[in-house]
Amino acid sequence: MSNAPLLKLSGMEQVFETKKGPVPAVGGVDLEVKPGKVLCLVGESGCGKTTTARAAAGLTKPTAGTVEFRGKNLAEMTAAERGQYRRAVQYIHQDPYAALNPTRTVFSTLSAGLKKHGIVKNRTEARAKAAELLQLVDLTPPESYLDSYPHQLSGGQRQRVNVARSLALNPDLLICDESTSMLDVSIRVSLLNTLGRLRDELDVGFLFITHDLAVAKYFAWDGEIAVMYLGKVVEHGPTPEVIGNPQHPYTKALIGAVCEPDPDLAKANRSAEQLRSAEIPSLRDLPAGCAFHPRCPAFEPGLCDAAEPPLQATPSRRKLSCHVVHRDLQRATPDATLTFDAVPGSRRPETESAL
Amino acid sequence: MSDPILSVRDLSIAYRTGRKESVTAVSGIDLDLYEGQSLALVGESGCGKTTLGLGLLRLLPNLGEITSGSLTYRLKDGSRADLLQMKKEPLRRFRWNEAAMVFQGAMNAFNPVIRIFDHFADTLRDHADGKKWTKAAVEARAGELLETVRLDPDRVLQSYPHELSGGMKQRALIALAIALDPQVLVLDEPTTALDLLTQRSIVQQLHELRKKFGFTMVFITHDLGLAAELADRVATMYAGRIIETGSARDIFYDPKHPYTAGLINAVMPVKGDRPALESIPGYPPSLKAMPDGCAFNPRCAFATDACKQDRVPLSLLTERPSGMDHSVACLHHDQVRLARSATDQLASFVEGESANV
Repeated sequence: MSNAPLLKLSGMEQVFETKKGPVPAVGGVDLEVKPGKVLCLVGESGCGKTTTARAAAGLTKPTAGTVEFRGKNLAEMTAAERGQYRRAVQYIHQDPYAALNPTRTVFSTLSAGLKKHGIVKNRTEARAKAAELLQLVDLTPPESYLDSYPHQLSGGQRQRVNVARSLALNPDLLICDESTSMLDVSIRVSLLNTLGRLRDELDVGFLFITHDLAVAKYFAWDGEIAVMYLGKVVEHGPTPEVIGNPQHPYTKALIGAVCEPDPDLAKANRSAEQLRSAEIPSLRDLPAGCAFHPRCPAFEPGLCDAAEPPLQATPSRRKLSCHVVHRDLQRATPDATLTFDAVPGSRRPETESAL
Repeated sequence: MSDPILSVRDLSIAYRTGRKESVTAVSGIDLDLYEGQSLALVGESGCGKTTLGLGLLRLLPNLGEITSGSLTYRLKDGSRADLLQMKKEPLRRFRWNEAAMVFQGAMNAFNPVIRIFDHFADTLRDHADGKKWTKAAVEARAGELLETVRLDPDRVLQSYPHELSGGMKQRALIALAIALDPQVLVLDEPTTALDLLTQRSIVQQLHELRKKFGFTMVFITHDLGLAAELADRVATMYAGRIIETGSARDIFYDPKHPYTAGLINAVMPVKGDRPALESIPGYPPSLKAMPDGCAFNPRCAFATDACKQDRVPLSLLTERPSGMDHSVACLHHDQVRLARSATDQLASFVEGESANV
């Protein structure tokens, strides 16, 4: 398979018209997903992650910019091309309880798409294919699940059925919108491991949306992360770089805010730097200049509130939109890389003497 | 430290599921809570942690019933009272004055059609012990509390719940819970459904409030990171029982129950490198069909025939002051290790850092 992107969003904007005025949910993003690769979108609620995913899945029409699948613009596809696109791109929703039809058995849910697209000819074939799908997502033996209704399954099992359904049509791209956030810790890891196997063995590309940085790090380690804030990408690069050495003050704050299961580390970080405000500004009334400046600990009056920072490449293998970081990079190139405190809250009390 | 502020003995709670049927959601809980402590009840969905939390204040829904045990509180006046023997009127005075609850889901805990001011007024007037709460008195008290949680009282008191963000609602809810200065505060998933940065500010706020008011805290969470952040003590629950309890450091650095260790091993770290993670195989048992012996045995790598025979009681491993004893309900606890200790992870992180620089 070529290295051409499966999915390409260029300058994608989505403005919702409401009674109280326009809401720019996504303000121009450029993103790509390659086959067998993961692009992870992270950010807080209202940052435009889901809106981006819905446009990528063709569920909404962007108000500006384009969505291309295998080089074809979604808006200009013929009916046949669109049919193919629909087969090739599947969506896994957040809530495993709401995403399954409660009146259909697992078999009926899994076979609906197979029948619709003419992949199976009769019931026997459909059952065999459905059983195969269940096996793929570790619901074994499949016979004990095929005739179950969703209410007979636990949340983790339901989410596996959702994954199996999305795989029924051999997709090239899976769009996962917070697909693991409602699951318990132990189940979440096993589902992510299953998805990882699909990515590696079937070369499925992923647009993976999560608010949980740990999940992003775990699943997208070989891929990329794009951090979104108020409808824009603020930092975008390879996962180990962005998570291990965040540069944008917003990414730093997000990573510093994660609670790790380590009481000593937690105690040591209680005095960590605080944001200037805990509240997210409204999309209807975005702050002037950098949208993060009212909350940013590195805020500099006159610089940050004057103009919007562009998303520019930096020497540290990523794109970044921050006036302060870019200026400091220009001023002092040699030591602008990494210090131990680059990740706030990584310092444990015992290790201080060791350094 | 003196005697415990709350003693739970052999507490069991069941839900009626039919005319003559019921399932036991929580069984045989023994717990001593001392003044000023903060205890985390951790476990996955359905393990009974919320049921136990509600039971501590006798707030169970209609179908739930405490089937055995006792709940003894030391009240503010120094006397002791068994909550299960309390009549309706003393119970009403007990709640909010002695112990209060912050319910799960800040989004839905407020009445959507009355202003925040009226929530404070109703609560203070309904639970106050004889004191007359005038409008000005309510405003003064509510204002003081809201300021401690860094909200603007003038704006918030006049707002309806939908006019506040999730984080503001959660903070207002915590302020409301401590309105009558309770000794014990039970919080059910205080940061779930909030954004990361909002979670962090709530955690910070809870630390400050504890310092200022000195209440004893029980909080229910599935998030082990939050437990590490807020708790002095941790109790892990599985299938309705406490299976391991100890100080936060004992639990996080040296867990002795395979389930606790499994939970900690399954947490994805953000800081440090990226270890391959193992999940706990299988699913938790249904309350209607509990396995014989140790409830965890079908999912446990250490299980032997002995584990399938009799239920394994909690046994003491390390004695510690003020109820912080490390106890575990496992026959094979001496074999349990964390996959990688936190110190290892950090060590490798430091190496990685210096390699980069």
